[in-house]
Amino acid sequence: MRKLLFESLVRAPLTEPVLRPDAAMDELGVAIDTAARRRLGRSLSIRAVDAGSCNGCELEIHALNNAFYDIERFGIRFVASPRHADVLLVTGPVTRNMREALQRTYDATPDPKWVVSVGKCGRDGGCFAGSYAVVGGVSEVVPVDLHIPGCPPPPIDILKGLLALMEHTSMRTDTR
Amino acid sequence: MPTLTDLLRDGQLVRHHRPCQRVIVEPAVWSAAAQGLSEGSWTLLGLWGEASAVHMALLDEPVGAIGIISLEGLEGSYPSVAGHHAPASRPERAIHDLFGLEAKDRPDSRPWLDHGRWYLRFPMGARVGPEPKAAPYKFLLAEGEGLHQIPVGPVHAGIIEPGHFRFTANGETVVRLEERLGYVHKGIEALMAGATLDRAAQLAGRTSGDSAVAYAYAFSRAVEAAAQLDIPPRAVWLRALMAELERLANHLGDIGAICNDAAFSLMHAHCGVLRERVLRTADVAFGHRLMRDCIVPGGVVGDLNPEAASALRGLIAEIRQKFPPLIELYDNTASLQDRTVGTGTLKPQLARQYGAGGYVGRASGRAFDARQALRYPPYDSLTFEVPVLNEGDVNARVWIRIREVEQSLALVEQILDQLPDGPVRNEVPDLNEPREGLALVEGFRGDVLVWLRLAETGKIDRCHPRDPSWFQWPLLEAAIEGNIVADFPLCNKSFNCSYSGHDL
Repeated sequence: MRKLLFESLVRAPLTEPVLRPDAAMDELGVAIDTAARRRLGRSLSIRAVDAGSCNGCELEIHALNNAFYDIERFGIRFVASPRHADVLLVTGPVTRNMREALQRTYDATPDPKWVVSVGKCGRDGGCFAGSYAVVGGVSEVVPVDLHIPGCPPPPIDILKGLLALMEHTSMRTDTR
Repeated sequence: MPTLTDLLRDGQLVRHHRPCQRVIVEPAVWSAAAQGLSEGSWTLLGLWGEASAVHMALLDEPVGAIGIISLEGLEGSYPSVAGHHAPASRPERAIHDLFGLEAKDRPDSRPWLDHGRWYLRFPMGARVGPEPKAAPYKFLLAEGEGLHQIPVGPVHAGIIEPGHFRFTANGETVVRLEERLGYVHKGIEALMAGATLDRAAQLAGRTSGDSAVAYAYAFSRAVEAAAQLDIPPRAVWLRALMAELERLANHLGDIGAICNDAAFSLMHAHCGVLRERVLRTADVAFGHRLMRDCIVPGGVVGDLNPEAASALRGLIAEIRQKFPPLIELYDNTASLQDRTVGTGTLKPQLARQYGAGGYVGRASGRAFDARQALRYPPYDSLTFEVPVLNEGDVNARVWIRIREVEQSLALVEQILDQLPDGPVRNEVPDLNEPREGLALVEGFRGDVLVWLRLAETGKIDRCHPRDPSWFQWPLLEAAIEGNIVADFPLCNKSFNCSYSGHDL
């Protein structure tokens, strides 16, 4: 193990350079007040909720933690409880069987809070829309602030979306 | 002891079912088949319903033969299989929830997929029922002094799929675990009924996100079996290439994640890098990190990108160089071994009874691997071994994955060496009569089964994708018994069952 650790010390990092978030990230409508912004600083705690996804989006959200994307360098981290979260990252078409769990997770998240939906299914139910077992997109159940499209979106797109969320909130603060 | 062939002889053969036989039987033969299951004469591969029919796929393991027996023209009920053979219990509960068909005298009559939240009952049944009143779910009891319950989920602490686990613990020791699943039920089978092949292939590829290739592969092979369609040789090989890349990515991710659940994050970090390399190479080769929608009935969507061969060889070289030190690290870290050795032991007898596939079965002495047992092309021309262990603990499931990573690396190399030239896709011909097909494909988690009936219009009449998790989830309940609650994430990750693939 020692050898592996020493090697890691001298090897160049794998981490991707810092990204410029896409200004054109669609559905970016974030409402945030100065006080909240000040309280959050430049850190975001995220609680991931699978509300019915096929697990594809989860795999790519997981990848954000690997050495290439290293999401924690941006002050973004995944937390184990909605009570610790600023952002709910919701995937999947919301199934009828998960609807209440999603609503209760949202209710358990303290204000100020934002909801980011991930993937085509998160927007409108995707290819599962119209099923007896599916409610539809995330916004059918809880208000959505940002949508990150893709099936599933590659980690770099999810990262860009989350950075856009942070950038946008700080921009709003600057102009006030 | 009767053989599967004897059993199938007692029924009325269904025309146009390929590649194996499907026969319509009398209830007595159905019950005899269930009895045969309980005696271990054959293995249950799947049990699924239609509005007024039930089907049971059986595997004769020593011969590698598959047969389907069906009861048709049912009026609301059929003889229970679970009464003889416990692994059929959850499929029977699902059949009841979806079709309203009751297995007479089934041991567990609680609902399974239906949580009382759809606006209707029996969505695929002959008579769709009115909205039911949601009744509280009755968990099984465990009684004794000092026992307490720990409810977990459906929303879990990690970035994973939703499901509910009800632990009954005595202090730290788990006395009983009961799973409650169905939270991500999306109604995939109902969406597939009447769908075009394109749409159904899209749905199949989204049944379980980590097995996008395996599902598209099994679905396409089932369509091709039904339509008696041969696909170009190059497509046959490209499919296997994708399947092995998917296996590599998932196994590498799992090995790291299991160690992470034993609080050993160094393995997780290094395995995560290798997994990402596989996904990026898949993106270079096929244009999608998870290779989604790449396999379709008739072949594959596109040929390899020009730079793919060198990227793939580079990937193999990198994993060959970086993986062995990680294996050594796993093997030589006592604190990690302390967590994985002897934890979550699954007895070989149970793995055999449930017909558990994948690393769950192979770590507990069940050597079945669809690639080897059925030798579907191109695996009939490839050389590989199927690793098997008997210990059945978390450690054994890690080692099976390690050995399978090595095998997959060799397979990718062999495929690159032998990849034939030519076109990659044939058109699916028009059908003028209903056709049925079945396919079994080895995904990273185990054998994925797809059975379907094509209507004469060429659309899907009925399609049932069966995830290997159906016969692995119940075993997790057995494996965790007597372990401490804190080892549950470790055991769960070592099984890594699919929620979405199971819930459909």
